[in-house]
Parts: sequence; C-alpha cells; structure tokens
Amino acid sequence: MTEQMTGAQALVRALEHVGVDTVFGIPGGAILPAYDPLYDSAKVRHVLVRHEQGAGHAAQGYAQATGRVGVCMATSGPGATNLVTPIADAYMDSVPIVAITGQVASAAIGTDAFQEADISGITMPITKHNFLVTNPDDIPRTIAEAFHIAATGRPGPVLVDIAKDALQAMTAFQWPPVMQLPGYRPVTRPHSKQIREAAKLIADAKRPVLYVGGGVHKARAAAELLEFAELTAIPVVTTLMARGTFPDSHRQHLGMPGMHGSVPAVGALQRSDLIIGLGVRFDDRVTGQLSTFAPHAKVVHADIDPAEISKNRHADVPIVGDCKEVISDLIAAVRNEDRKGDYSEWWTQLDAYRATYPLGYDEFEDGSLAPQYVMERLSAIVGPDAIYTAGVGQHQMWAAQFIGYENPGTFINSGGAGTMGFALPAAMGAKMGSPDTTVWAIDGDGCFQMTNQELATCTIEGVPIKVAIINNGNLGMVRQWQTLFYNQRYSNTNLQTVRRIPDFVKLAEAYGCVGLRCERPEDVDATIKKAMEINDVPVVVDFVVHQDAMVWPMVAAGTSNDEIKFARDMAPAWDSED
Amino acid sequence: MSRHTLSVLVENKPGVLARVASLFSRRGFNIDSLAVGPTEHEDISRMTIVVNVEELPLEQVTKQLNKLVNVLKIVELDPAQAVQRELTLIKVRADAENRSSVLELVNLFRARCVDVASDAVTIEVTGTPDKLQAFIKLLEPFGIKELVQSGMVAIGRGARSITDRSLRALDRTA
Repeated sequence: MTEQMTGAQALVRALEHVGVDTVFGIPGGAILPAYDPLYDSAKVRHVLVRHEQGAGHAAQGYAQATGRVGVCMATSGPGATNLVTPIADAYMDSVPIVAITGQVASAAIGTDAFQEADISGITMPITKHNFLVTNPDDIPRTIAEAFHIAATGRPGPVLVDIAKDALQAMTAFQWPPVMQLPGYRPVTRPHSKQIREAAKLIADAKRPVLYVGGGVHKARAAAELLEFAELTAIPVVTTLMARGTFPDSHRQHLGMPGMHGSVPAVGALQRSDLIIGLGVRFDDRVTGQLSTFAPHAKVVHADIDPAEISKNRHADVPIVGDCKEVISDLIAAVRNEDRKGDYSEWWTQLDAYRATYPLGYDEFEDGSLAPQYVMERLSAIVGPDAIYTAGVGQHQMWAAQFIGYENPGTFINSGGAGTMGFALPAAMGAKMGSPDTTVWAIDGDGCFQMTNQELATCTIEGVPIKVAIINNGNLGMVRQWQTLFYNQRYSNTNLQTVRRIPDFVKLAEAYGCVGLRCERPEDVDATIKKAMEINDVPVVVDFVVHQDAMVWPMVAAGTSNDEIKFARDMAPAWDSED
Repeated sequence: MSRHTLSVLVENKPGVLARVASLFSRRGFNIDSLAVGPTEHEDISRMTIVVNVEELPLEQVTKQLNKLVNVLKIVELDPAQAVQRELTLIKVRADAENRSSVLELVNLFRARCVDVASDAVTIEVTGTPDKLQAFIKLLEPFGIKELVQSGMVAIGRGARSITDRSLRALDRTA
C-alpha cells in the first residue's frame, strides 16, 4: 500500500514507524516543512530546546536512559553545526542517536546559499554514517537505515541531512522500506575457538582482572557479567563508561581504573597476568603510558568493533562479538574447562591494597565544603536507583568515585569527548526517557554555564530534574593541572562564580526552578532532602565548595600507571617483590 | 615501512571517495596512490589504494575502512600474485635532431607516441611503477616538459574474482 504525501510527511510517518516518541530540536528555515506535519503527530512529541547542543545531549541522555535511539532535529547551517559537539560526543561514547537536519534546496547546494553548511561533510569523521537526501522517495528508506545503523553493532550517531525541496515535494510513502546496506554487516556471534582459548587462559591465570567497559551495558549484559564474575571469582574494574554495570558494593569490585581510578583497580591491572577486556577500548585515560601498561598481562579482548581489538594494546585472544553473547559463551566455556583458576593469593594481595588505599579526601579546617562529601551524601540520600549525569572535569570524577552505583546505566557522562555542558541537557533527556526515575545532574559551575538555558526547557516541558552545581568558582580540573604542573599560575581558570556572578539561585528562579544554596557540611543533608521533596519543578542546588579540593588518586598524563599518586606526592608502596 | 596495495570495492554512490580519503587522513595515513573507477557491475566502484605503512597500522586502517558503510570488501593484493599497472603521459622535448633517439626509447619500453609537435612528442606508457621510473629517468636528459601519472590499478592473477561475493550481497538487498 502506498500513499501520496510530501517528503516532510513521509519523514514524520517514518519516525512514527521506527518508534520515535520524543524529538529534541529547534525549527528554522530549511527544516520548516518537517515541523508542519510534526505539529499534528500524536505519537512524536517534539521538545523545543533553547540551543541545538542541548537537543543533541538530550537525545544522548534519552538514548542512554532508555536503550533506544535518541533523536534531535535542527535546521541547516548554524542549526546543524550546533549539533556537531553532541554528535562528536555520541561518536566517542558510542551512543545511538539520529540527528535530522534540514538542508538548503538541492539546486542551491554548493552555492554558499543562506544558512548553508556542508553538514554531511563536516560530520563525516564523527558519525557512524551520514546521509544527504535530495529525493523525497529516499526519505523513508534512509530513516529506516539511519535507525538501524545507529542502534546495531557498535552504536553511534547517524546524521540525515534532507534538502528542503525533498521535504516539500510529493512522494509515494510505503512502509516498511527495503534497506540497502550491502556493506553493513556487524558481527555479533563470537568465534567459539577464541572463546575456548580465553577459557584456557582464565584457568591458567594467577592474577586475572575483568576490565569492564561501556560495551557491556550497551549489550545489556550486566546480569551475564555478574554470573561470569561470580563463577570465576575474578576481580572486576569498571571504567568511567561502565560505572554501575557491576555493583559497586560487590566484594569483587575494585573500583574504576585509569587516570583517576582507585589504587586497587589501577594496581590490579598493572600487576595482572591476564586482562579480560569486555566492551573496552584500552583508552589512554585507562592505560596511562601505553608501553608500561600491565606489562605482564596477556590480553583477552572482546568487543563488537573489530577495529578496537589490538588498536592500542595487542590482544592475545581477540574476540569480535556482542558482549552478551561473548560473556554467555565464556560462562559455558569456563564451566566446560576441567581446571579452575586459583586466585586466592591474588585476592590476598588485592585485599591488602583495598585496606591500605581506600578512596578518601581531606576535609577543610575552615569548615568549608568538600565536594567529595557532597557526593557521598547524595549517594546516601538519593541512593542507587536514581540516574546521575555529569559533564567533564573534577565534578565528573568525584561523581564517578564517590557515588555508589549498583545498577547499569545509572551514570551518564561525557567520557571520550569530555564535553563541558553535557550534564544538564543529558539529564533532561534521561528524565524524559525515564520519567519515574529521579535524575540528578552533577555539574561544575563552568560546565553549567555552557548549557544552563535548557532549564527553561525543563520547566516549560515539565521535566523536574535536579541539578547539583559543584561550585568551586573555577574551571576546577584545569586549575588542578595548573596547581600540579604549571607552578600554581592560574591563567584564566577563575570564573569567580563564588562571587555570585551569576547568582545560581536567582538564575534558577529566573528559569522557574527552585534554587537552593548550601555552603557548609552541616547543611548538606537537609538541602539534598529538600531538593528530593520538590518534584513538580526542576531544582538547582548551588553547592559552594572549596576551590582547592583536588581529584585523587591521579596518574599524571603520559606517565605510567605505576606512578599513581593517591594524594599529592603520596605514592602507594607496592609490594616489596616489585 | 612497506608498500601495500589495497583493492577496495565500494558502493557507487556520491561522497564515497571523500569518506575513504578522509578516513586515511584522519587516522594519519598517507596514500601513495589512488585510482577509482567503475567495475563490471554498475553499482560497484573499485578503488586501488597504495599505502606505505607497517603491518600493524595497515591492519588498523583496513578494519577502519571496513567499518565504512559504503565499503563492500577490501582485499590486499600480493604484488607477486597480481598484475599492477600505472599509466603515464609524458611530454618530452624532441626536435628533428633527437626525435629518433626518443622514439627508440619509446619502442624499447613498448610505449606509444600519441602526439607529435615540431619540438616535442607526447608519450603514453603503462607498466609497473619500477618500469615507469626507469623510463622517465632515461627521458630526463631530453627535457621533460610535462608529466601526468595515474594511480596504480591492480588485479589478482588466476581465475578467481574478488567481486563475486560482493555482487551477491548487493543482489540480496536490491
């Protein structure tokens, strides 16, 4: 059955057919034809944001909270280029989003027309794939292909740029379309021989570590991971992208690895004889100086993207496949293996690291607020059923370290790209995708000021997120590096937000939110509880914290993980035999 | 570093060359030579890409290329098991006095003279990069006025075809 309609109507109809219920965007000239039928759609809710970057991050938050593809929409030229940052962010963190942009009419493409930008060219290196559509007949098929590509294999952003005349012209709509993707064949079934090899190495290992990344939750494999970990008794580290995929409270969990990882997690990887990497990419923030990373370890590396395997670190046993299938097969293979690994000595060593080097922080003698304390209290009062989002910087690391995550997908942050301003719009998207979940955006005062206008969207659209601004008056992480590596020369990092420019409480009120302020440790619990009681409007809490708080532990950039410091100038005393 | 010849079958669509070229540059690889053209199937184009890299980075770039949605298949051609050709057009100074010497070289290299003027000839020559270099070197003393060279194209020896399977994949989606 075909039906005559405009390309714009075909677009909206296709979005309905692929199951889209929420689109974040801003209209403009070239995309205007699409907004007309969108106005009538009973299935697709369009959320009018205040900046396209907010639309993109909201789509990311929505995608990560729901497991479905997030959608953002913008017009040509600057509308589209404002999506570049969230698209790059989604590419780095493998978040499935589809960005739909209007393009100038096909006859005007290439003429430097008003609001023309070659967005498919611009986003080529930061999308999983993109399309430029100039024929209305191609719209339904392209939308189907875009959603398929975004959601399958290694997820990622897909951009669909549609010329204005293609939206306006008539076409015969037919659903479902036949996808034409002969070159797209993601591998999901792991090779059984490699699985058996991995099981052998696991039985032979003395000091194995499960290095768990974002790919495990993306494969919805947290339950399999728990079973596998408990079956083998192998210690687990969860990367920034995997926080919550394995319960923090679990005895086998050692914490987060990497630049600001826990001493037990970093130490375990460095001393391991077998790393089983699941849905990870051996990112530089995890490995530190690559040549000195885990020097004695053999590597089993499982990932759905073959290009990640042996990209940074050679894999002795490469496994290409979906983590859910990989871990299920590993469980079966380990059960079939007659021998069982004995890791008791390894656990003795790791337990000693845990006892000696727990995460900690210094309180300030002047009674001012330690940001880590705010995280601890948020974790205790808000609990592990909430979703927490974070941008990039000190607040992000403290949120990763001091909030206890028990459930997969409850920490949504900008990992690979490190995008300031991610937290607030991502929280908005997450809350819209999961309306019954409490969503806290943990943000820095610098990050917050990049996207805080989306508070207007939250208030008007009825999205009662909660924002904890960790306000140290500075671009804190940059300041920390200036403290450590630039002789305390604080060049252009002081935002002076502690002088109340802007006054975050007044700003919150101006946006129709409730604004709260907390400056002393003794007020933290009451403030958080008050914020938790308000559920009809967004709440913004200005936690004014001490500017000298630093993120520890830390491996300085480009140095070996063996050089980790758990506090300034304080290196762990590793075992005497090392 | 060593030279590798990749035959890349891609969908014949706009922008595919840009995707491939930008991937090489983004991942920090230099392309020595690149040739693109149609194949026996109208929906498939074939790129022959010559890169100068070590084994490991080559594996990485091949995997990254494979992730491009429009890329159907990548085969590395072993020079010993493949026919490799470049085409060069050379405009060389040649007047009545030395034209016969130039033409002698043309014959020796099984090249062809495609245009003659009073003080120059234009020569077409195909062959492996080594042969073309040798030829150019011998022509240099006469004075090369202009030179243009194609990228290398290559095809495996024997009866096997690298396009068969990709064609079947295309047919399935059509």
